[in-house]
Amino acid sequence: MSGLARSRKRASCWRATRDARLIAGGQTLVPMLAMRLARPAKLIDILRLPELAGIREEAGAVVVGATTRQAQAERHPVIRASVPMLARVLPWVGHPPTRNRGTVGGSIANADPSAEIPLVAVTLSADILLATTDGPTSMPTDDFFIGPMLTTIGQGECVSAIRFPVWPHRRIGVGFFEISARRSDFAFVAAAAQVALGDDGSCLDVALGVGGVGDRPLRLDVSSLIGTELDPASVTDAVKAVSSDLDAMSDLHASAAYRRRVASVLCIRALEQARIEAAAKSAGGAR
Amino acid sequence: MKVDLRINGAIRSADIEPRKTLLDALRENFLLNGTHAGCEHGVCGACTVLVDGEPVRSCLMFAVQADGYEITTIEGLAPAPGELSVIQDAFCETHGLQCGYCTPGMILAAHALLQHTVTPTREDIVEAISGNICRCTGYGQIVEAVEFAADRLRKANTPRPHHDGPHHAHAEGVPAAAADKPVVEAK
Repeated sequence: MSGLARSRKRASCWRATRDARLIAGGQTLVPMLAMRLARPAKLIDILRLPELAGIREEAGAVVVGATTRQAQAERHPVIRASVPMLARVLPWVGHPPTRNRGTVGGSIANADPSAEIPLVAVTLSADILLATTDGPTSMPTDDFFIGPMLTTIGQGECVSAIRFPVWPHRRIGVGFFEISARRSDFAFVAAAAQVALGDDGSCLDVALGVGGVGDRPLRLDVSSLIGTELDPASVTDAVKAVSSDLDAMSDLHASAAYRRRVASVLCIRALEQARIEAAAKSAGGAR
Repeated sequence: MKVDLRINGAIRSADIEPRKTLLDALRENFLLNGTHAGCEHGVCGACTVLVDGEPVRSCLMFAVQADGYEITTIEGLAPAPGELSVIQDAFCETHGLQCGYCTPGMILAAHALLQHTVTPTREDIVEAISGNICRCTGYGQIVEAVEFAADRLRKANTPRPHHDGPHHAHAEGVPAAAADKPVVEAK
């Protein structure tokens, strides 16, 4: 049986029943249904709930509604201007036809350890907004992602939006690299970086994260780079310090040692790409 | 469950089980067998249809979810029975198909691309058909077919809508200025 939710309250009631699954874009859930890996008794379609849609700007943040299609976010001027890391990774999420249906919130709720959107949320320290039967709530990504395809979301709850912080700096650059068997296939390792440079070229802020390495996306603390010029020696030292003991997975595709080694290389490249992009923005003046 | 779907410009109604995919409904309820069933779990792209002009996999969508959207299948592209669209004709001319199984999906993906990108680069074309698997051609002639169709459409004086921003900005190798290049309408 399945139903089309016309209101969030109705959806929450259904969701609270055992064995019900929410469906939005369905780009992961429907293959799982087709292969009988998921057998929910009920499917609740939330794609048309108006409360879950849309992209809005708040003070210091952009809030992306959970049912925003990946293709919409990819082309959205606010995302491109204010959450450039999200805009940068979206072309790597699946293929054009899956991005036309797949949603930003669905990718977050699915919590695939190699998925790009959760990586951006973790790297930028986004907040996950939840609709629950007790009303709206939110939590940091560290409390949300707990393992491969595992989140702390409970029965009767639904990801309603993701709040991505917007950095106040003017000279911001992002970098992103991933290694997979084929373009748009699952990443063995992905690295995302964002840096802010001052007028003198010194680093004012930096965020770095890796996906596909551990059982969930990981934010790496390279705050030691703040104040440096992001010169190759400093970047290499900072990355080596945080990536040498990464808790990495081994599977058919790649060993843990390979993942750690590649993570280190891609982190260095992502930081360098981000630095170059930020440095290309002119110094001085208002944002 | 009674479903009214707008398919190729016409309203079609049927009583469809809620768990039935759009792919199966198109083939079984509406006898539009040009939409091919390949892997049936969202990998091969043979079942691609256009939903409001954008390609999606019809095997990953329930028919009941398609309510209210404009669905275009391969049957909806030809201008008249027995004729071919410019893109279909280009695939024939450049030998862009062999067994033909992937072809409807390829042509619909190409159609969506050429609706909003008048002068696609080779990279644009490869990205647009990246979700469609072909096991015969090696893709070379398919890319050639789309380039050929793009050229013919540019000369055909047909206005096409386009997105506000660039359709695909790639992470590597595309400087911001190139990625932000506006799409120029055919004159």
